[in-house]
Amino acid sequence: MEKQFIFLATLLVTLLAFGYTTRRYVGFFKITRGGFPVKQIGRRIGVMLEVAIGQTKIFRRPILGLLHALVFWGFLVILIGSLEMVIDGLTGQERVLSFLGAVYNIIMASGDIFALVIALAIIVFLARRIFLNVKRFSGIEMKHISHLDANVALTIILVLMLSLLGMNTYYVLATQQAGHGLEGVYPVSQLLASRIDAGAHTSELLYQVNWWIHILLVFIFANYLPYSKHFHVFMSVPNVFLSRLEPLGKLDTMESITKEVKIMMDPDQAFASPPEGEAAEEETPERFGVLDVEDVTWKNYLDSLACTECGRCTSVCPANITGKKLSPRKIVMDVRARMKEKGPGLVKKGAEYSDEKSLIRDYISEEELWACTLCNACAQECPININQPALIVGMRRYLVMEESAAPSELNSIFSNIENNGAPWQFSQEDRMLWAEDIVVNDKSQ
Amino acid sequence: METKQRKVEVPVLADLLAKGEKPEYLLWVGSAGAFDDRYKHVSRSFVKVLDFIGTSYAVLGTEESSSGDVARRAGNEMLYQMQALMNIEIFESYEVKKILTCDPHAYNTFKNEYSDLGGRYEVIHHTQFLRDRISDGSLNIPGDALEGSTITFHDPCYLGRANKEYKAPRQVLDALAATKKEMGRNMSFALCCGAGGGQMFKEAEKGEKEVFIERTEEALGTGADIIATACPYCMVMMTDGIKYKNKEDRVKAYDIAELVAQALEL
Repeated sequence: MEKQFIFLATLLVTLLAFGYTTRRYVGFFKITRGGFPVKQIGRRIGVMLEVAIGQTKIFRRPILGLLHALVFWGFLVILIGSLEMVIDGLTGQERVLSFLGAVYNIIMASGDIFALVIALAIIVFLARRIFLNVKRFSGIEMKHISHLDANVALTIILVLMLSLLGMNTYYVLATQQAGHGLEGVYPVSQLLASRIDAGAHTSELLYQVNWWIHILLVFIFANYLPYSKHFHVFMSVPNVFLSRLEPLGKLDTMESITKEVKIMMDPDQAFASPPEGEAAEEETPERFGVLDVEDVTWKNYLDSLACTECGRCTSVCPANITGKKLSPRKIVMDVRARMKEKGPGLVKKGAEYSDEKSLIRDYISEEELWACTLCNACAQECPININQPALIVGMRRYLVMEESAAPSELNSIFSNIENNGAPWQFSQEDRMLWAEDIVVNDKSQ
Repeated sequence: METKQRKVEVPVLADLLAKGEKPEYLLWVGSAGAFDDRYKHVSRSFVKVLDFIGTSYAVLGTEESSSGDVARRAGNEMLYQMQALMNIEIFESYEVKKILTCDPHAYNTFKNEYSDLGGRYEVIHHTQFLRDRISDGSLNIPGDALEGSTITFHDPCYLGRANKEYKAPRQVLDALAATKKEMGRNMSFALCCGAGGGQMFKEAEKGEKEVFIERTEEALGTGADIIATACPYCMVMMTDGIKYKNKEDRVKAYDIAELVAQALEL
């Protein structure tokens, strides 16, 4: 009974803390702009199965991709065991899911093997971060705290796996020594148990100790994640499900602009009375493009929360590769950081709230934004379908349409296109000159 | 034997309409296709091939304007939509159904973006068109075409990643006898030439290197003597890159349309 009570108390604390964090994030989502509507559920499930569950994009780097996929698949299996532990903890039973029989054996056996595999993979990941100088783990956006965060999260996972193996091993020993039947199959732990010599009392104690370490660490990890880059453990599957389904080359059309352009092209419309309900809704015209974090869509913000800071985007960015300041990862991280800074004020004081700062300039310089070639290599590479170019174009739109702050060469191509329908200063009348005097060798006979 | 030469007239849509004719394809030449000295040659080569096949097509001529793609990607959505709505109006007036173009950027914007503003067309990139004509037998490329050359293909971002068309250009190149060599970064991994998103028209931001040099070096690293492209921006960048590396004597950048025209000895 005592154990159940303590367990219930810790579970409640965990859930309350998690609820508090979640409410904050939900509040932040409310101040973002509408993006695309979520339709085509069937297709979305397909994308989720392929990219998230199947890990297809992470396999673009096959070796580390495989290690990551094993960790992910392992987590899925081990998650079932964690759920069982929660039920056990609340009901005071032991191995409550064992009624599943053969299925239970398979789940436990694969969880046990995965625990070892994940532990080994995490050691490789930690070693890469600590001992190897991997270029994609550095960059102006990667502050000391980012590295610390990564290492803390990886260490927690390592301890989670070791405590799981410890728990299983001493469970095997304890049941053997007590003469009870073993529920489940534990290939790794049974091997370990056969090499350990421990008294019955010690086995039972160490089983309990590992059980508590493991489950408490699960609770702590769950509450650490929302403040960590490892939030992707929760966010990446939903983020992939909510992927933008359009081709990478398609930019979103700004409907507010369409209205203005149509009025310009057909002045009669300007004097026609606007449809009622609509006019009432739009008292203050929406800002064109993205200046600050309240201008991003819910999807842009979701992307920023799901970002793992893996840097695959930046490592394939042509601007970044050639030493320019632009780093797509930084753009995404800046959105998250800026929301953390300005979001609470916006939630409290409404859309008018200002802290005299903005995403553009205080976080992201114009130099970064203008260095992008819109090649979509970053979006192609992102293992969880983050769309970095959408943000960059959003901010360019603000600079161009609200501030006319494009580089001067771009301003001149704009005026050329307006005046003569081409980025260069050639007359539209000369558009057929290329076709003069084309001669071919006649092959028709 | 003396080969007879013949002049190719490029049909203009308005003229055909006046005669009561309606071509199957609108050929969108694009601003680079009409004005860029190097890329004009690609337009000329492609219409030679169209003429050779006997394709029913026409161009807008002086009615053509910017697709708006570059304005849009540089952040000027207002100008993009003005161009797009204007072009859609023209397409509508000529009842355009199929658009053929050598420019992956125009291809992308017509195919994926104009539909939001009411313009729906079947859009075909010239590499797709050539591939289809080769496979349906209407374009027979001599078996020994460009034998002895080595070609590396540079994927345009807006054909490749943006629209997942990696095969068509390669299938056309496969019809040539030349050796093909892939760069390390190819298809969805391909490195941009550096000209998209408005970069073509402005100085690059401060950095260690220009993107087009990085990409040209990779292309030269394959040992190819032809860098094949299928995009006006890529053509400018690869040509500049070859010049920059002083390899003009040994290596040439060609559009796939030019290679096909060469293969047919047009």
